[in-house]
Amino acid sequence: MASRFMNWVDARFPATQLWNEHIGEYYAPKNFNVWYYFGSLAMLVLANQLLTGIWLAMFYKPSAAAAFGSVAYIMRDVEWGWLIRYMHSTGASFFFIVVYLHMFRALLYGSYRKPRELLWIFGCLIFLALMAEAFMGYVLPWGNMSYWGAQVIISLFSAIPVVGEQLTTWIRGDFVIGDATLNRFFALHVVALPFVLVGLVIAHIMALHHVGSNNPDGIEIKANKGSDGHPVDGIPFHPYYTVKDLFGVGVFLTLFAAVIFFAPEFGGFFLEPPNFTEANPSVTPEHIAPVWYFTPFYAMLRAINFQLFGIDAKLLGVITMFGAVLILFVLPWLDRSKVKSIRYKGIIFKVMLAALVVSFLILGYIGTQAPSPLLTTIAQICTAIYFAFFLLMPFYSVLDRTKPVPERVTG
Amino acid sequence: MMRQLFIALFLMMPLAAMAAGGESVPFHHETNLGNQASLQRGAKMFMNYCSGCHSLQYMRYQRISEDLEIPEEVMENNLILTRGKIHDTIQGTMSKENAAEWFGKAPPDLTLTARERGADWIYSFLLGFYLDDSRPSGVNNVVMSNTAMPAVLAPLQGFQALKHEDEGESEGGGHGGGHGEPQFELVQEGQLNPAEYRAAAADLTNFLVYVGEPVKLVRYSLGFKVIVFLLLFTALAYMLKKEFWRDVH
Amino acid sequence: MSKEGVDVGKRRFLTTATAAVGGVGAAFVATPFVKSWMPSARARAAGAPVEVNIAALEEGALVSVTWRGKPVWVVRRSQDMLDTLEQVKPELADPESQTDQQPEYCRNPHRSIEPAVLVMVGICTHLGCSPKFRPDAGGGQLSYSGFFCPCHGSKFDIAGRVYSGVPAPLNMVVPPHRYEGDDLIVVGEDPNQGGEEAA
Repeated sequence: MASRFMNWVDARFPATQLWNEHIGEYYAPKNFNVWYYFGSLAMLVLANQLLTGIWLAMFYKPSAAAAFGSVAYIMRDVEWGWLIRYMHSTGASFFFIVVYLHMFRALLYGSYRKPRELLWIFGCLIFLALMAEAFMGYVLPWGNMSYWGAQVIISLFSAIPVVGEQLTTWIRGDFVIGDATLNRFFALHVVALPFVLVGLVIAHIMALHHVGSNNPDGIEIKANKGSDGHPVDGIPFHPYYTVKDLFGVGVFLTLFAAVIFFAPEFGGFFLEPPNFTEANPSVTPEHIAPVWYFTPFYAMLRAINFQLFGIDAKLLGVITMFGAVLILFVLPWLDRSKVKSIRYKGIIFKVMLAALVVSFLILGYIGTQAPSPLLTTIAQICTAIYFAFFLLMPFYSVLDRTKPVPERVTG
Repeated sequence: MMRQLFIALFLMMPLAAMAAGGESVPFHHETNLGNQASLQRGAKMFMNYCSGCHSLQYMRYQRISEDLEIPEEVMENNLILTRGKIHDTIQGTMSKENAAEWFGKAPPDLTLTARERGADWIYSFLLGFYLDDSRPSGVNNVVMSNTAMPAVLAPLQGFQALKHEDEGESEGGGHGGGHGEPQFELVQEGQLNPAEYRAAAADLTNFLVYVGEPVKLVRYSLGFKVIVFLLLFTALAYMLKKEFWRDVH
Repeated sequence: MSKEGVDVGKRRFLTTATAAVGGVGAAFVATPFVKSWMPSARARAAGAPVEVNIAALEEGALVSVTWRGKPVWVVRRSQDMLDTLEQVKPELADPESQTDQQPEYCRNPHRSIEPAVLVMVGICTHLGCSPKFRPDAGGGQLSYSGFFCPCHGSKFDIAGRVYSGVPAPLNMVVPPHRYEGDDLIVVGEDPNQGGEEAA
């Protein structure tokens, strides 16, 4: 009877076809390692944010007068509201942990290389949208850090010559951050950007499935097909990767629950202390730091305290900060190595990648601290290293010695 | 190698707690939310000494009654000193306008102070009042210098003077713990001796930490059960994965 | 990839076990979301029992309080009013209060705990208007003292019982309530619970 039902549906909607194409008969390389968990985990976190976000929107009030109190209402008066709130705030931070690790995998194995450039670009667009979504989400509780964080970031736009001031006023909807800003951020955060994110994720997965997945060896498994027409090094996504990802979900949820129930504030990194007091235009927190996942870029912004080519430090800092994200987009065209995966690249790439990671982490730390001459110098060096990884890549990726790439995948 | 790096980075995360920032304060308080008697004493202290000026606007009497297992009648008869009813939120009895006029600044709401400033800060503030002629209220505080708050707990603590060992030390406890605790000298005794007063301040601090996040009382035990369940699920999922992947070579 | 030596039974068992535990987990996760829709502490505070002191309530007078957003009337009925309760019976649709519009302890001719004192939600059971108190039959609107609803002409006796042949189908609602002493009525709590709110 179930098959008769499916026949009826399939005559009208490509249900079985979609299942086969994307899950039942999607052949993925059999050598996925731990770095390959983070794509499905990112989807899980997205689902979590959507569900908990919708629920929070049932109780939250997006006005400057009522927002802070409505969060207290959720935490105390709404049955289980505290849990839904912590799932959402912890989810936001875990989203970035997962996404950074997911992006790192691409750097390791050259998953951005042809024919996956568009896949990578969709991913970069998701990253941008995610940062905007997270930034606006953090403003919504209308705590003092929400207010001052918004103040600092939005005022960056005033650095743009000619249109800066007007643009900033237009974004704010007022001459200062206030109720107008909060209300529109709510609409964007709850409706507009979630649609954009889901749409981009669908495009991202379609682009992936169109060309097939990369793997830790960086070889194209479709080049080696068996007599059944399937890649010899491929296995159907279901049941092998559905079952493996389920295990990944179990491990992830355990860590997720550990934070939610035992350390939702995470030492003040996930929920920052100044945000437990209401937004106050007259009192600035001791030091304004963005949430941890923005701190590497924030450190780059602050590191540029000099002018160049007639561009003042503020504008130059903004260009540097945005440039650090935008440079990701062109990565597929910077990497001219003969091989995709780090496993077969030479020592130069390994050193540069390690330097990138270390610099990024150091920048992240510096972004949480109050500025000082020493920290600024270190941040400048690390920013240079970060950009060097990308800008010098066209040269060192050619110079680097490579190892011969195998025909069949290894472990 | 990658895995080890990963694990090393993950294990360094607790260091994050240090980096959370915030001023350093002279005294440390070990919060103990499991001590119900202490929380009850703290509730009583708050209602008697603090609720005259400070509201707990996001907290309801009924929640305290339920969480601290205080019967509602006892709550109504002894602990509700405002015109509120058991289901109401805890509003201060002094109007904000009067407070601003008399003290120069309205006494802040204290519901979330423990989450904003931390237990150590509150405890140090309660211990930190000392005599100061230059202030209208006659007292100052090592944690929040030039505070407008009078020494409301003086009947219990008595009055103390601050011994200036190091003239270079600026007001307030804003420097790192290098100088250790400020030195006080008890000038006038209160109803409680210093050890008893510290215990009372600890009770009040415990209570305010609880008020900052009432669900904290149950969060840990619930989390324990959730994680046990998730470990069970993960173990099953692992066995399932291993079984299917026997196909793959 | 080989499918030889596949222990189908073991696979089915593990799949079922994981699915079952996963299903339990899904139910656990769904619970907070579903429960969050229940009235919050704030809603319960607004819906908390209301006290009415009737020491100064004169005979024939009506006092109104708000409970859970609805008007609740307390009427101290005179003996004349109580006498009409038997006389009006032939004109009523549900004289024995058989439909559940009152707590069990008010299923009696006077539909109250104290015969003289009526406690009743002041909302017409037709479409929700608030009827008018007619202590003296309203000059012919009603046969005896009672309540007359101006919206569509529904009529109720002095115990809130609906007349037959009017748009309203049911007797007016009597809310849970109890006495604390002679003069204090607590609307929203049942007598035997005394301190626990009615659901």
